[in-house]
Amino acid sequence: MSRISEHPILQFEEKPVITFTFEGRKLEGRQGDTIASALHANGVKVLSHSRHHNRPRGFFCAIGKCSSCLMTVNGKANVRTCVEPLVEGMDVRRQPATGGELKW
Amino acid sequence: MVTTQLLVVGGGPGGLAAANAAASLGIEVLLVDEGLQLGGQLVKQTHKFFGSREHHAGVRGIDIPDLLMQHQGKITVLSNTAVIGCYEDKVLTAVTGEDKYFKIRPEAVVFATGASEKFLAFPGNDLPGVYGAGAVQTLMNQYGVLPGKSVLMVGAGNIGIIVSYQLLQAGIPVRAVVEAAPNIGAYLVHASKIARAGVPILTRHTIVEASGTNAVESAVIARLDDDWQVIPGSEREIEVDVVCLAVGLSPVLDLLRQVGCKTKYVPELGGEVPLRDSQLKTSIDWIFVAGDAAGVEEASAAMVEGRLAGAAAAAQLGADKGEAANVCAQCQASLDALRRGPVGAKIRAGIAKLEGDAANA
Amino acid sequence: MLKSTGIAAQKDWEGKLPEADRRKAGPYVVIECYQEIPCNPCEGACPNKAVCIGEDINAIPQVDYGRCNGCGICIARCPGLAIFVIDEGFAPGYGKVLIPWEFLPVPDKGDVVTAVGRDGKELCQAEVVEVRRARNQDRTVVIGLKVPVDMVNLVRGIKLGGEDNAR
Repeated sequence: MSRISEHPILQFEEKPVITFTFEGRKLEGRQGDTIASALHANGVKVLSHSRHHNRPRGFFCAIGKCSSCLMTVNGKANVRTCVEPLVEGMDVRRQPATGGELKW
Repeated sequence: MVTTQLLVVGGGPGGLAAANAAASLGIEVLLVDEGLQLGGQLVKQTHKFFGSREHHAGVRGIDIPDLLMQHQGKITVLSNTAVIGCYEDKVLTAVTGEDKYFKIRPEAVVFATGASEKFLAFPGNDLPGVYGAGAVQTLMNQYGVLPGKSVLMVGAGNIGIIVSYQLLQAGIPVRAVVEAAPNIGAYLVHASKIARAGVPILTRHTIVEASGTNAVESAVIARLDDDWQVIPGSEREIEVDVVCLAVGLSPVLDLLRQVGCKTKYVPELGGEVPLRDSQLKTSIDWIFVAGDAAGVEEASAAMVEGRLAGAAAAAQLGADKGEAANVCAQCQASLDALRRGPVGAKIRAGIAKLEGDAANA
Repeated sequence: MLKSTGIAAQKDWEGKLPEADRRKAGPYVVIECYQEIPCNPCEGACPNKAVCIGEDINAIPQVDYGRCNGCGICIARCPGLAIFVIDEGFAPGYGKVLIPWEFLPVPDKGDVVTAVGRDGKELCQAEVVEVRRARNQDRTVVIGLKVPVDMVNLVRGIKLGGEDNAR
């Protein structure tokens, strides 16, 4: 995946880099990113897996409504990564659909 | 407990216009929005708007929020804040960010909570790479991230066609737009824009399946007969990594339902919608609605509805009655102008079903 | 056809052209707006008051070709990008088509581009003879294409670079 460098209507200036980790791997996002947009820009589409069938899950709505993008961030489960701003040094991890704490 | 005269929930076209109208009439307004940036879906619209001058026609959606924030009055804005509860005693609960909870006690509320995207059932619809059209717009036009390499658009209403155009602007090819209905729902001028850019619009077609290992790698589309059934043998596989769903919107009514506003199923307006009178007051005296939450329509109409609801609420809260009545009358004339043509027929029919009921509610 | 494909048929767009005499007399506007939608910026855009929509903003614009001088100011003002200006007497054997353009790249004057029809299919090569990017066009570029005169009402866009849509 990549970022839009030029656009006929919109302006996307080069913004400062924010580094974070995804599953322990160091990645770069940009200021103004949400966690999910930064992951997407790095080619990461699979954000979690479903509870029963272990199907891959990506984001769907991008506005914090659908729960398809929930991840564990800095140890906290069920963060809506599509609306949570990316912060320097964040530790972002995939989680089972329930957030990993509950036993079914 | 935060107190205010008028609370506006939602900072999209409807909410911004409502806040502006009420503040301009001297009412103290608290505007609460979930997003980090005000403007709702406007901030993703690269095209020039329709309507007439009073509807900001000819101005790109991205530039409209600034215009709506120009006012003389007092508006306090709380971004990154979600209203999560609404109770009969006029107390609402809200959360800023992930963990700062507080209560708000307004004298009246305008709910301009917008709409959420409808979904479509087909095998593979849960794969990463199947996105709502709004998500594609957000990723691309707000964050500047390309959603993928090539796209199948499902739905030829205004959103499907406009997002297809936006994808082309971002440099991403749209392989096809499929639409189950026999005709394009979007304004035909929008459709012609993508047709001459070489995008085929396939009416009486649908998506049958999306497939891929970890994310979408291809999709199968097929032709439909007059009974909306797939014509066997018409299936065709196309290589895309994004399937974008633009199959309609439903009003977001959670808070209105919680507090007990009466609603009714009106398919012309997107599904379950609140009963409301001609000034957008719901079945509860201190609650007004505006924009897609009142019934799914164009953003131009949402702005006028916002202004109408804001002025009507202001009148109830003690603003100059004559002045507020003037604004309301202007707004009603303006809504009539937007809706009086053939493309407004569905909306007119839907609203007729609602207003009678609200009067008797 | 237009309703199911977005592509206007010949019988649709022919109805939007002025009389033959007027077409030869100088540049003229073609407003390819077929559907009653609430929209009227074209009316206010025309400095010569040649475009009329009237009281009901859903009405389809009517052009007074006695007033229209083909200036093209309305092109970038139409939210639907449905306005084109045609000059059939641009050069011997060639006409000029002014089109709105909101994609990248924007061609330069002098470039030769592939002109396409309402369906996006390639029609002919065209020289870019004009590129207007005035501030009041608000990022909608207007491009003038020199095309064989029999193509002036068939060409409605350009295809640039690669094989993908509009790129």
